[in-house]
Parts: sequence; C-alpha cells; structure tokens
Amino acid sequence: MIRTRLIAQRLAFLFLLGCFFFNYPVLSVFNRGGDFFGLPPLYAWLMGSWLALIALMAWVVERRND
Amino acid sequence: MLQGWVIVLASFLYLGILFAIAWYADRRADTGRSLIANPVVYALSLGVYCTTWTFYGSVGRAAASGIGFLPIYLGPTLLFALAGFILYKMLRVAKVNRITSIADFVASRYGKSQLLGGLVTVIAVVGVIPYIALQLKAVSNSFEIITSYPQIVMPASAGAVPLFQDSALYVAMILAAFTILFGTRHLDATERHEGMVAAIAVESLVKLGAFIAVGAFVVWGMHDGVADVFDRAKAVPEVARRLATADSPAAYGTWGTLIFLSLFASLLLPRQFQIAVVENVDESHLRRAVWMFPLYLFLINLFVLPVALAGLLHFPTGTVDADTFVLTLPMALHKETLALFVFIGGLSAATGMVIVETIALSTMVCNDLVMPLLLRMPWLGLAAKADLSGLLLEIRRWAIAIILGLGYLYFRVAGEAYALVSIGLISFAAVAQFAPVVIGGLFWKGGTRDGALAGLAAGFVLWAYTLLLPSFAKSGWLPDGFIAHGLFGIELLRPQHLFGLTGLDEITHCLVWSLLANLGAYIGVSLQRVPNVREARQATLFVGGAEAAGHPGWSASAGVADLLPLASRFLGRERAEDAFMRHARQRGLHSIQELPADTRLVNFAETLLAGAIGSASARAMVASVVTEEPLGIDEVMNILDEASQVRAYTRELEQKSLELTRATAELRDANARLRELDRMKDDFISTVTHELRTPLTSIRAFSEMLQEDPKTDLAQRTRFLGIIVSETVRLSRLINQILDLAKLESGRAEWTVAAVDVGEVIREAADSLTVLFAEKRVSLELEGMETGLTVVADRDRLMQVMVNLLSNALKFVPADSGRVRVGAGGTENEVRVSVTDNGPGIHGADHEVIFDKFRQGSGTTDVLTDKPQGTGLGLPISRQIIEYFNGRLWVESTPGAGACFMFTLPRQAGDNA
Repeated sequence: MIRTRLIAQRLAFLFLLGCFFFNYPVLSVFNRGGDFFGLPPLYAWLMGSWLALIALMAWVVERRND
Repeated sequence: MLQGWVIVLASFLYLGILFAIAWYADRRADTGRSLIANPVVYALSLGVYCTTWTFYGSVGRAAASGIGFLPIYLGPTLLFALAGFILYKMLRVAKVNRITSIADFVASRYGKSQLLGGLVTVIAVVGVIPYIALQLKAVSNSFEIITSYPQIVMPASAGAVPLFQDSALYVAMILAAFTILFGTRHLDATERHEGMVAAIAVESLVKLGAFIAVGAFVVWGMHDGVADVFDRAKAVPEVARRLATADSPAAYGTWGTLIFLSLFASLLLPRQFQIAVVENVDESHLRRAVWMFPLYLFLINLFVLPVALAGLLHFPTGTVDADTFVLTLPMALHKETLALFVFIGGLSAATGMVIVETIALSTMVCNDLVMPLLLRMPWLGLAAKADLSGLLLEIRRWAIAIILGLGYLYFRVAGEAYALVSIGLISFAAVAQFAPVVIGGLFWKGGTRDGALAGLAAGFVLWAYTLLLPSFAKSGWLPDGFIAHGLFGIELLRPQHLFGLTGLDEITHCLVWSLLANLGAYIGVSLQRVPNVREARQATLFVGGAEAAGHPGWSASAGVADLLPLASRFLGRERAEDAFMRHARQRGLHSIQELPADTRLVNFAETLLAGAIGSASARAMVASVVTEEPLGIDEVMNILDEASQVRAYTRELEQKSLELTRATAELRDANARLRELDRMKDDFISTVTHELRTPLTSIRAFSEMLQEDPKTDLAQRTRFLGIIVSETVRLSRLINQILDLAKLESGRAEWTVAAVDVGEVIREAADSLTVLFAEKRVSLELEGMETGLTVVADRDRLMQVMVNLLSNALKFVPADSGRVRVGAGGTENEVRVSVTDNGPGIHGADHEVIFDKFRQGSGTTDVLTDKPQGTGLGLPISRQIIEYFNGRLWVESTPGAGACFMFTLPRQAGDNA
C-alpha cells in the first residue's frame, strides 16, 4: 500500500511535469521558425517531450527493484 | 476494385469477423477462460477513445491549425499520470459499489438519487448525440468518396440529399442493428460485455495499423522521409503558416483548455467510463495501461501532421476537404488496397465508438431513466413481476435505435456546418459538466444531492445555450438572429459572447461559463445544508473508498439485531456473543442488548469480521446489512463457503496444535519424572551403600581386633562378639527391608488379601513387643479397642505396619517414663488407628520427610553413638502398604509434646484388594 501510494505520487509528479511541458510558457519558447533535425521546433518539442513523459510513466510503474 | 459492392462486402465481412471475435470471447468468458483478462487488451480497448475524429478529423484539424490537434491526446496522457489518484480510486469505488455506468456512479455517490441518475442520463444522451453524428458523417462521407473512385469528389451536403438516398441513414441503421446484436443478446447483471471488449481491442489494432500504413505511405512513399515533408511545406507560405501554432495569448488559452477538456472527457465520456471502469477485469491492469494507452495515442498521432501537410501540398487549396486526406491521398495515388484498408480503419474507429457509446448510453437510459419511471407507474404492475430481463433488453434495443436515430437527425440538421473535430468538442464540453460532481464526489464529502442536481442543471443549460443551440442556428435550423443579437435582442445574452465576454473561442467560452455555473451551483447549493445520513454514508464510501478498504469509517448505523447474527454466521455463535459482550463491557454496558445502533458498533462488527474473513469480504458483508446493498446470493454463498471452510481448517489446526501442546507437556512431565527417578535411584543407591557400609565397617573393625589380638580378655571378647552379632542382625534386617521395599515399589510383592480384624492385629503386635517394652520399662496401653473393626487387607503386612509403628514409638520414648498408647476406632467407611507416644516429637518440617527412604527426623540420632536409630526404611514401607490398600498414613506432632502416627483403611476393599 505504501509502495502503491509512492508510485501514485511519482505519477502525480509526472502529471505536473507534463502540465508544465505542454503549456504556456514553455510552448512559447519553441514557437518559432527554424528547424530541429528538419522538424519544426514546436512539433519536435511536443512529440519528444510527450514520448519522454510516456517513457517516464512506464519506468515509474514497471520498475520492480526499489 | 473499389466498386460499391466490394466496399459493402468488405465492410460486412469486417463486421462479421468482429462479431465472431466477440462471440468467441463471450464463450471463453462463460467457460472461465477470459480472453480479456490481460493488461494489453485493457490498454488497447481504451483506444476506443480514438474515433473517426482521430482517424479523419485530426488531419483536418492539423490542416487548419497545425499542431492544434494534439491537446486532445495530451489530456488523456496527463489523466493517466493521475491514475493513482483518480482512476484507481474510481475503479475501487465502482467495484465496491457495483457501479454500472457514469449515471449510476453519480446517482450512487449522492445518496442513490434516481432523479440525479436521470439527469446525468439526459445530459449524456443529449451531449453525446453530436459525437455520434460525427461518426455517421465520417463513415458516410468516406463511403461516398471511396465509391466514386477513381474520381475524387466531395460528397454533397447532407441536407441536399433525399432521405432515402442518404448513405448516412443506412450507416446509422446498420450500426444500430450491429450494436443491438452485439450488446443486447443477453443480460449481464454486472453490465460487463467481454465479447465487446475483445472486439474493441481488435478494432483499436486495425485503426492504428491503417493510420500508420497511410502515414508510412505518405512519408516514405510520396516523400523522402519526415524532414522532406516539412521542407516542402516550408516552401509554400500558406502551408508553412500551419507549422507554428499560437500567435496570441488566447491561442495558448485555447490550447490549455483543450488539454483540460480532453483530460476530463477521456474519463467521463460514457464509453470511456464503460471501458476503463465498468469493463475492467482486474485493477492491476491499470498499471500497464498507464503508459500503454498514452503510447497508443502517441503512435496514432505520429503521422497526423505529415499527412495533413502532404494533403495541403498535393491538393489545390479548397478542392478536397482536409478531413478526408487520409482516404483521398491513397486514392489520388491509386493505391486501391491501401484506400480500402483506410476505409476499414475508419469503419473500425466509428463502429468501436458507436457500439460502446450506445451500449453504455442504453444501459443508462434503461436503468436510470426508463425503468425508474416504469416502476413508478403502479398500473403497469412491474414491481410484482418476477422476471424483467426480457423487458430490460427490449428497452435497451429501443434506446440504441433511438440514440442512433437522434445522431442521424443531428447529422442532417447540423452536420454540415462544422468540421469533425468541432462537432466532437461540443460533446466533450457536455460531458465535462460531470467533472465537478464526479471528481468533487471522490474527494469532497460535503457534496449533496441538491448541489449535484443544481450544478449539473446549471452547467447543462449553459452548455446548451452557448454551444448546442448555436450549432443549430449556424446550420440554419434556428433563426441565427439570437446569435448575433442575443435572446430577445438583449446584447448581453448573445450565446457566444455571454455577458459581454469576448476574445475566447466558442469552446473555451462555453466551458468558462458552464463550468463556472456548474461548480458554483454544486458547491454553493451543497453548502446550504449538511449532508443527510444517506449522502454522508455514500460520501464516506466514495471518498474513503480507495485506501480505506479495511477502515471504511461507516457513517451509517445498524443494530445488534443485524450485526450479531451476521458475525455469528462467520465466527460461530459463542465467539460472536463473547466479542459483543466484551465490546459492551468496554462501553460500560451490562448486556449485548443495551448496545446502541451506532457507527461504533458497525465499525466494531466489521473489524471483528475482518479478522475472520478478510477486510474486503467483511466490508461487503457489513455493507449488506448496513447499506441495504443487495448482495448477490451467489456472492454471499461463495463468501460463506470460503469462510466456513477456512473456519473448519482453523478449528482442525487449533485442535491439532492443542493436542500437540498437551502431548509436549506430557512428554516434558514424563521426562522430568524420569530424571527425578534417575536422580532418586542414584540417591537411593548411594544411601543404601552408605547404610550397608556402616554396619559392615563396624563388624569388620571388631572382627579384626579379635583376630589381631588373641589375648583379648573374655569380657572384652564377649562384648565385641555381641556388637558383631547385633550389627549382623541390623545388616540382615536392612537388606530384608530393602528387598521388601523394592518388591513393593516394583509391584512384585505378594499379597494375601482377606478380611482382617484390626483389633486382633493390634493386640498381636503389642504382644510380640511386650518383652521389649518391658525391658525399657515403657507402658503400652491399648485404648477403645472396638470389636468388629474389619478391613479387607493382608494380615501379615498389616502386622508389619503395626510392629513398625510400635517399635518406632518405643525407640523414641524415654526409658522408665515412656508411654505409648494405641487407639482404634471406626466410622461407617473406614477404620482409624493411632499410635501416640510421649517422645521428643517431630518438627513440622519433618512430617513428610520421615516417610522418605533413609530419611529420619532430626534429633533421631542417638546422642551417644551418633548412629541413627533404625534403618530409615520402616516408615516408607509402612506407608507403601497402607497406600496399597487405599488408606492414608501420616503423623501429627509438635516438638516436645510427643508424636501421634495415624493411619486409616477403608472398610470396603479398594481396587487392589
């Protein structure tokens, strides 16, 4: 139960992190021209940080050794 | 190959396969080998979130606003990051309370209010209808487009086509028939549909596969990779414009609103609630879904922007609806198979949504709207009917048909005015109205039924006014004057600029007002009064639900009359009564009956039960008494079965363990006794050796003296020989007695048992010792010698005891003044003999010691010779004999006042005689 609560809190932390990643003002930093490996920076940022967030969520819920 | 009949055939074939999968999964479920008891299937079935909105509409949205399609998928990702707090809790609460739909959830939370359930149902049906219209539009459009291949022709406006030539009508009818087949074949008490979930999971794979196939084709078939698509897009200014998203703070506001909106929608849409909560087989599946479902969303969105850009680059501006790029791009490049696959993918997305959504809605309509109304009409006599399942299924079938009919109607009325995504957002905003009462209900105990009703009603009215009615007006169904000038011409009431609020898009505008009113009314009205008992009880169940499975903190009450029998069923009557009595005493009461029916009692009973059957079952059992929750008879039987089995095992174990403990104790005692005996044997042998050596030493010493000195004078010699003889006598007496004792103790002694006159034995013993008494000038008196004192015993042995006692007395009384008195008397049952002397007496501490072997009382050593007077075996032997005949031998004495040895013998022969 304590462990489950800990996981829930870690996930909630990722929720806050996601809210930060996916919203103003972080978005405005990337909302510009130019490119990032051929991709528009905003698109690259959103897809990249989204995937990273999913990976972190998977890591939080799936890791067993703690 | 894309003729109409091929498309129709492929579609029916696909639906047939889905049906077969569902049928197979249902059959597997019936045999207990569930196909869907798997976290991956659970995660995939959650993919029902992605409808034709995603499949066709995202690209359209992306073509219009760049990455503006994304927040709809970021929201659910964030929701699953809150899984531990919201979803997990909802699952637990829903399982414990046997929730079957979102209407059921809200109604149950606020005191099981039917009115509330009905209102939620109405909002859900009205709110979701545009969303169903969206599916009909997408499927019928894609059908029109693909059948006009090789031309790419945009379908005519829906309102312009005569009713019976409108493919959307047929799509609606086919979907209705298919859903009815799927969802209402039989009635499931838990409202779970395993077959449907399996089919939905497969559909999720099909639509994902189709979309990725198109994406891969567009990126690598038409272009030279993703970067190439973006490079070309940048070259065209009006396309490049789509690449950046926000150029004003309002755009960021809309963005944030959509994330927030989709977060709630992915939880509160009837179909999401159905799949995520009601159809969940195992709470642990949520763990995998936490990342797998967001990953699914990520994958299905991976190619949206490239496809949108490619469509914009490929088709001249305005000729092709961007909502159809996914289909029209493969068609334009003559990839017929891919186009067919895409069509099937779109069909998957639509059917999945329609099936789950209408099944969920029909359940709500049936359980929370129609049945409560029907049951309130006494003239129908429904309440008395035993089997309502046929009626329930009928109601659901009609509900499905009517909901799809309404969806089609909305499509005819308003479908053309909006892009796919905009239609969907109307529905999202409607279900977002559930957020305050659902989320609030999970975390705030103060919400009341009135507050929930007020909040929902206010939010729903504002949603309808600011979003639904304008959608009718825009399609010319309502006069659009009220949009431009407000209701009754009042400017402040302009639905899309309510109270003069401008600068927001219509969705954000609607949400601001509706959620403000909703939340305000919910909290404001709830705070008008404290929750009543029913509400408070449900609040405790819901708010405390997730973590407090073991300690639900009942706010309800139940009496001893309910709880005691319940506890007795699991604990056994005595234990239950004991426990209740203890509880009563703790509270200062004198009997179980005095216990008041209150929360404390309920909590006590649950804790008591939890010890026997586990906390979850205990909770369920107590709930069955406390909340009148109708627990299925099967479940009760199961719980009972398990519990009584466990009880039987426990009792067996307890008994075994008790026996073992007893055996261990016995063994320990026996061991201790053996050690004691061993020690006693050692003592005995060393004592015997010592006792034997003393006379031997003296015999040897005097013999040697005689041998060494032949000239010893006669007097001396006679004295020495006298000593040697008396020591030899002593020695042989000692050996005789040891042998005697050994025989007695080992039970090998021979007994001649007959009726014996005790008086005669006493006289005889006294006679035999007369000479010795006379020598020491001690008087021997026989007193109260009654006649007829007969016992059953061994005459010689009894004589031995008498002689022993008399000679003992003689030994210790002073010469000349010594007196020994023997008394004998009898009661009905026994004969009593006493031998009293006026010797030095025996210390209290020695009263028992003198009956031990070789132990003599202190002060019994001869002062002059320092030799013990006697062998120390007489009394032990006497006691052995008396006890053999079930009698007692003991001594009463005070030092200085003589001693009195007494024994009793029963008149009736004991076991040994």
